[in-house]
Amino acid sequence: MKLLYGRGWLLPGRGWLLVGLFLLIAVAPFIPGWLVFLLTIAFAKGLVVLGVVLLLRGDLVSFGHGLYYAAGAYAAGLALRAGLPVRDAAVLVLLGVVVSTALAAIVGLFLARYRGIFFGMLSVAFSMILYSLLLKLYWLTGGTDGLSVRVSSIFGLQPGAEYLRLAQYYFVLALTVGAVYVAYRLTASPLGYLMRAIYDNEIRVEYMGASVRRAIYRTYLLSGALGGLGGALTAITVGHIAPDLAYWTVSGEFVFVALLGGTGSVLAPLLGSVVFEFVRNYAFKLSPYTWQLLLGSVLLVVILFAPGGLWSIFERLARREPGETAPRKERRWALSWRR
Amino acid sequence: MGVVLETVAVSRSFGAVKAADNLSLRFAEGQVVGIVGPNGSGKTTFVNIVTGYVKPTHGRILFRDRDITRLRPREVTNLGIARSFQIPQLYTHLTVLENMLIALSVQERRHWEFWRPLRLDGRVEAALRVLDQFGFQDGADQRVSTLPEGGRKVLDVALSFALQPSVLLLDEPTSGVSVDDKFGVMDTLMRVVKESGVTAVFVEHDMDVVARYADRVLVFAEGTILADDRPEAVFANPAVRAHVLGEGV
Repeated sequence: MKLLYGRGWLLPGRGWLLVGLFLLIAVAPFIPGWLVFLLTIAFAKGLVVLGVVLLLRGDLVSFGHGLYYAAGAYAAGLALRAGLPVRDAAVLVLLGVVVSTALAAIVGLFLARYRGIFFGMLSVAFSMILYSLLLKLYWLTGGTDGLSVRVSSIFGLQPGAEYLRLAQYYFVLALTVGAVYVAYRLTASPLGYLMRAIYDNEIRVEYMGASVRRAIYRTYLLSGALGGLGGALTAITVGHIAPDLAYWTVSGEFVFVALLGGTGSVLAPLLGSVVFEFVRNYAFKLSPYTWQLLLGSVLLVVILFAPGGLWSIFERLARREPGETAPRKERRWALSWRR
Repeated sequence: MGVVLETVAVSRSFGAVKAADNLSLRFAEGQVVGIVGPNGSGKTTFVNIVTGYVKPTHGRILFRDRDITRLRPREVTNLGIARSFQIPQLYTHLTVLENMLIALSVQERRHWEFWRPLRLDGRVEAALRVLDQFGFQDGADQRVSTLPEGGRKVLDVALSFALQPSVLLLDEPTSGVSVDDKFGVMDTLMRVVKESGVTAVFVEHDMDVVARYADRVLVFAEGTILADDRPEAVFANPAVRAHVLGEGV
């Protein structure tokens, strides 16, 4: 995984961020509904990928984030099924985040003890346990039929049917912006740097007097919370949930998107997620039976030409100064970290 | 001067090899102690035992009269015993300044903060001050992976020093450093050590370095102490000269 590690945790200038955000807000009412839906799903899943990337910064590959994705979604779905009196999207999302964080608090106690392939495989094991439970507890979860997730309001507002998709989009966008900001603060904090230190040298971290296990555990909590947030948002947007959310291929997809986007920025998972959804959408349209082949080819091309993920292309463009004659590789190393 | 660190009849074996054999030693506050001995004599094992990386088979380790024998490295460090390594243990993907900032955040017990940035103004100033003491006036923004071996050695010690320990254990601080740079590196390290009054114990192969900087020299041989005295007395000892320098063999 070393080669895939981001060379920085860059954010574009504040001006560019505001322009981008303004475009995402302003353009939405004028684009087709399917595109709004696709972006909504991409942002929701991008949050789960962000959780995966936070762990990747500590050289930990979670192949089981479907666990939190499904936990967030099913927390919302089961609450509605149980007759929760408040059917507001915000309440359901909060519930999803609380449940997934609580789950991460338990699972993290085990996982924080392991590294490398053991961490990855154990995380798969936990997600597959949940998958089996969701599948077998038919009386509670509806088995393979899944559950319907219908909300009646978003932050107390009840948009008409023609505006529902747009309202969901803005709801997801607002929470995505908030979550990305929290992740950004984390990565710039001592705890965030401690994860980068763990990536480099666990021995030194312990000999500085910090607990590697605790640092991983705390980051894992946030990572799980992001997974639950993404799951609950997806459930509300799609309106239906099924056990597949916890299946290992879904978890693998999050890792796939993390590599596609790169780990160079808190925005990279969102970029990767949007590109992934677009590619999958069009690949499925062009070739319904072999669309995975096209997806795999895209990842191969990205690995070959942008091994740091799609975000690394922006990094390179941003760092290229006019008239500079130094070889590209040297330039990249010299300017690779945020000062 | 009071005793800050004490080992009481400490032993440790690796199979048939006795790396530490009934070692009873006392280290006084502010003392600079050099440890010499041939390869395999138990020098690094001693450092590993004191810092909690290797647990002794028998015996006790006392830090300010507190038994720390069974503590983990992290707990030993937090009590005030820091160490550097024969192969520098650094965060090579990060800059010199970021390495130091992480050390300071841990020393401040603020390493769990996840909202306030690592790069607080006060912390950056403090980090630059420590780096300045160790001669990194201009290289703070340099990535550690680009530092020469001597620079890495000094930074490794600087990170441990930033934790404000009472005892600093340096495992071969000049190994891998060129002959020309050796005394420059040691001058820098020992100047800071003497100024701070920290108890320093350094493992070293170069007798000239030990003779120049140590107040006291311990000579290890097959896990035991062959000699324990002032440098001039130790290096005049024929048994030491035969065992360590190979004279008369």
